[in-house]
Amino acid sequence: MSDKMDNIRKNWEEWLESRSKMTDRDFKYETVSALPVNDLYTPLDIEKMDYQKDLGMPGQYPYTRGVQGNMYRGRLWTMRQFAGFATAKESNERYKYLLSKGQTGLSVAFDMPTIMGYDSDHPRAFGEVGRVGVAIDSLADMETLFGGIPLDKVSTSMTINAPASILWCMYIATGEKQGVPSEKLTGTIQNDILKEYIAQKSWIFPPHPSMRLITDIFAYATKHVPKWNTVSISGYHIREAGSTAAQELAFTLADGFAYVEAGMAAGLDVDQFAPRLSFFFNAHIDFFEEIAKYRAARRIWARRMKEKYGARSPKSWMLRFHTQTAGCSLTAQQPEINIVRTAYEAMSAVLGGTQSLHTNSMDEVLALPTEKAVQIALRTQQILAFETGAANVIDPLAGSYFVEALTNKMEEEAEKYFEEIDRRGGVLAAIDQNFFQQEIADAAYQFQRAVDRKKRIMVGVNEFIDEDEQIEIDILKIDPQIERDQAARVQKVRSDRDNLRTGDALDSLRKAASGTENLIPYILECVRSYATEGEIIQVMREVFGEFKEKPIF
Amino acid sequence: MAKKIRVLVAKPGLDGHDRGARVIARGLRDAGMEVVYTGLHQTPEQIVEAAIQEDVDVVGLSVLSGAQMTIFPRICELLKENGAEDIMVIGGGTVPADDVKELKNGGWAKEIFTPGTTLETIVEWINSNVNTD
Repeated sequence: MSDKMDNIRKNWEEWLESRSKMTDRDFKYETVSALPVNDLYTPLDIEKMDYQKDLGMPGQYPYTRGVQGNMYRGRLWTMRQFAGFATAKESNERYKYLLSKGQTGLSVAFDMPTIMGYDSDHPRAFGEVGRVGVAIDSLADMETLFGGIPLDKVSTSMTINAPASILWCMYIATGEKQGVPSEKLTGTIQNDILKEYIAQKSWIFPPHPSMRLITDIFAYATKHVPKWNTVSISGYHIREAGSTAAQELAFTLADGFAYVEAGMAAGLDVDQFAPRLSFFFNAHIDFFEEIAKYRAARRIWARRMKEKYGARSPKSWMLRFHTQTAGCSLTAQQPEINIVRTAYEAMSAVLGGTQSLHTNSMDEVLALPTEKAVQIALRTQQILAFETGAANVIDPLAGSYFVEALTNKMEEEAEKYFEEIDRRGGVLAAIDQNFFQQEIADAAYQFQRAVDRKKRIMVGVNEFIDEDEQIEIDILKIDPQIERDQAARVQKVRSDRDNLRTGDALDSLRKAASGTENLIPYILECVRSYATEGEIIQVMREVFGEFKEKPIF
Repeated sequence: MAKKIRVLVAKPGLDGHDRGARVIARGLRDAGMEVVYTGLHQTPEQIVEAAIQEDVDVVGLSVLSGAQMTIFPRICELLKENGAEDIMVIGGGTVPADDVKELKNGGWAKEIFTPGTTLETIVEWINSNVNTD
């Protein structure tokens, strides 16, 4: 050890001696994930760190400092606000408005029946049509959703998982109708079924056929839709379900590796599909922990992709990610202060090097956001980008003893989880054993107990309560007539189409699903013949069966 | 000794946000109640059937999808049809204040707990409002 480090150590010991005589506030010093933090970090905490090996330069392996060489000086992050409501017609008008204001990327939110594979006139859709997003039943609705929007000019992100293959085929078929070849389409489907079993719970089929649909999408995209991001591997929902930051990091990357392994097992070259994998993380309220999480994520992904999976293309090593601020950190009490929480969270995402960002609206704890609230959320990003200086310098917190030590700690915690998952036989086996679900439920319960007992302070909830508070913010309401109209529309599609062609297409899909062929061409033909989402799902459900969760708590 | 209060925690509809339902289920169990959790994606029919079969005193519905104004009345209607209107219906989730008022005034929910409510508050409320005789 060098004399310099010896001196620091000596000084640190002296400081510790005098510091131990001081009285501290009665407070538990830990992150929002209950990870204890020291009061001081020094060079001693990152003594073993090797700059070249562990950090390097931005745009260089292992990408700890960011995926682009010039980061936000080249291009700012994309401000991508998630939207969608009611019917295709209403959402189409909103998208056209957003595009006319200079937005180039769309992000589609679907309603629960669409997410779960039910048509709008199905009894299970009752009361839920158009409520949390737009209702899409068939190609006819998708044509309306993108009417007058040239699909070779926009990139579209679709938050859809279990039925992702169907909605993606509808998008491809809409492109065909507009004369846009699938090779020119750009966008993302979330298509991350593993996190559905783990946290978000919008599953339909059991894991194995679901993974087959995903590798079918990888294979089809490689040949026909090469610019499409085929999966957005999501930690967001894992965190919202109550996980810690380290669990979000570990479980999300483990899912990512499971997709890589599935693609390779299906006979694909890792460098053909891995560059199209993207990530989606949460930005929670614990500022430094979040920044450490993003930095660790990039480093772990790069190392494993190169060293374990033998990827040769730098594009396969780079972890690109979207971020959304934490809905679960917001409070129904004094909702206006959610603007402040969201601003801090957004800043952690930017200092952590995100590629795109959604900032939540202050009223999302109460209902769908109003226009005013959405505008404030977008302005929060613009202040961050143009006023605060946060985007001026690449990875500005690198070299901070604390941030580097915490980044290392995050990596260490994730590695421990990877070992545990391996011991359990991989991600699918661990899902089957309820491992992730129980870990998350435990963390969520611990957190709630800490809030209830005031071990953790939430402003406005258990401290600084406004006793006479009357919440006076506007709430966006969805007219129940929308459900009746949409149900009538899907019934009209069924009676107007060439039902012989539709029937044939569904039969061919049923046969193919029982075999091993790539299903995407069959789904595409169903979609082109105006088979509805519910009909296509039903055919696959008959072959694949349905997933059932053990209801643990 | 008093009979233990039996609670059915239910997730109606298609929405999968079950963090709150699970936390509440565990909290009520830790407070000495007998808790049954339905799991996700339950129809009103399935919930009412479970409530009757499990002979519960109270049904707690967790709703975060905005579908509360169709789900609560439907459950109450089905309980009544099955002669089980003595089972109390309460709920929790992202329910706007106007809807809370309407649900309580309409007799479709005895109480609605919105985000920020402590487990202690809910336990205390159930203990003092549910009669197990």
